[in-house]
Amino acid sequence: MIRFENVGLRYGMGPEVLSDVTFEVNPGSFQFLTGPSGAGKTSLMRLLFLALRPTRGLIEVFGKDSESLPRTHYPAIRRRIGIVFQDFRLLDHLTTYENVALPLRVLGRAEPDYRSDVTDLLRWVGLQERMHAYPPVLSGGEKQRAAIARAVIAQPDLLLADEPTGNVDPAMARRLIRLFAELNKLGTTVIIATHDIALMDQYDHARRLVLNDGRLHIYD
Amino acid sequence: MTEIAPEQAGPATATRLDGASPEERLTRKPAAIVPQGTTAGTALLAVVAIMTFLAGITVGLVLSISQAADRWAGGLSSEITVQITPVDGTDPDEAAAKTVRILANMDGVVTAEALPHDELSALLEPWLGSSVDFTSLPVPRLVVAEIDRDAPPNTAELASVLASEVPGAGIDDHRVWQSRLEIMAESVVVAGMIILLLVTAATVLSITFATTGTLAANRDIVRVLSLVGARENYIARQFVQHFLTLGLKGSAIGGGTAILVLALAAWSSGQLMATPAGAQMEALFGGFNLPFSAYIAVALTVMGVAALTAGTAWLAVLSVLRKGRE
Repeated sequence: MIRFENVGLRYGMGPEVLSDVTFEVNPGSFQFLTGPSGAGKTSLMRLLFLALRPTRGLIEVFGKDSESLPRTHYPAIRRRIGIVFQDFRLLDHLTTYENVALPLRVLGRAEPDYRSDVTDLLRWVGLQERMHAYPPVLSGGEKQRAAIARAVIAQPDLLLADEPTGNVDPAMARRLIRLFAELNKLGTTVIIATHDIALMDQYDHARRLVLNDGRLHIYD
Repeated sequence: MTEIAPEQAGPATATRLDGASPEERLTRKPAAIVPQGTTAGTALLAVVAIMTFLAGITVGLVLSISQAADRWAGGLSSEITVQITPVDGTDPDEAAAKTVRILANMDGVVTAEALPHDELSALLEPWLGSSVDFTSLPVPRLVVAEIDRDAPPNTAELASVLASEVPGAGIDDHRVWQSRLEIMAESVVVAGMIILLLVTAATVLSITFATTGTLAANRDIVRVLSLVGARENYIARQFVQHFLTLGLKGSAIGGGTAILVLALAAWSSGQLMATPAGAQMEALFGGFNLPFSAYIAVALTVMGVAALTAGTAWLAVLSVLRKGRE
């Protein structure tokens, strides 16, 4: 599904933040991407959803070489990826329901067609009572779940979550990890970037990709 | 699947902000992707309205002046005047009558008539007063001829005939006055065009900056849309629709106000013409008439400004998308 081969990344003329990163992600797998703060987790995630170009090396996403992929093909790739950002990136002028429905809306689906899908998902993540509330009045945990719901509403093949438990208490963190595990059981490939060791221990059969000083170590 | 229990369900007011039930809200049309009524949007609306107003007023005035200039030139060139200076041994009135006959027989002359004594007196009254006996003075006689503008008479030939037949006669075809007025009118029109160009440039720049600034406030929306898989054209279309609506609203307000102000100025000018001072002004410079083309030009300005706003938004969105891969 995803292949990195000797990938290096630097910003401008600065030092390499990622060096010789090589790994593969298989369909239906579940992995944590971890490492200390500043190790390059977010940079690696950005490479995964084509927000950055590598300085060197090869990245294949869904069998396509990211370097030779024209910009016009990005939307088709991104529609197969659900992304949960550390800072949620919900649109403040849209309700929770409208935020979650956004990926379906950009696909051109009519609102009556996706209404039940969105309300079902919001009920599933416990936001049915908040579906008409706007992000500024949501708690951190609610925003987190809304962002996750938006990431999975279009049933992506790959779910990327950057520090998805960084803003919630341990109890909510455990709930969210269970949610990702449920999605994984349904066939979604999951990559979660986190530096929360306790969280990873709850799901100890997941593969761990550990970044340290820009180099990747894999623990299957 | 395992449901997650609602966390901090929140007060009812948070979910029913406008009094509508959840079911009613679900059946509504989804909110626009680009937020309406933001501070930046309102500021852009004001900039568009003000610049369209200025551009509309300038267009209207330039067209009105241009029309007035045509009127001045046209009015003067349709007339020639023959002045007969009294010569010893000749009767000036008889000379004037002879001149009228000569003119009437010339090709290209439509009508000719000698200015009556009372009108000559009226012309001299400001300088000589009303108590002077006009007939005792060697006052030149004037013959005014209306000429066919499409087939004017040969003034050189006319001057030659009059010189041999009427001693003391001289032709004034207003060419000097006409050329001076034409130069003045053309200068005013050129100055107006330069001002119009400057106003247009200022309009383009200010609307471009205001649109780009408004878009910068919405950059996160562009990025989120891109990351959830929206195509560039879809994203650009959302913004273009928003900015086109905003541009049309602003330019309609500015253009409508400009038309009202111009129409009011034309009406006030008409009212002023009824006064003696106004009549003199009209005699000298003509009235302030707004040609129909001015209304068309202001309407075109409205559409042009709206298109400019939408076009700038289109380019700015594509620029944001192409600068970053997000």
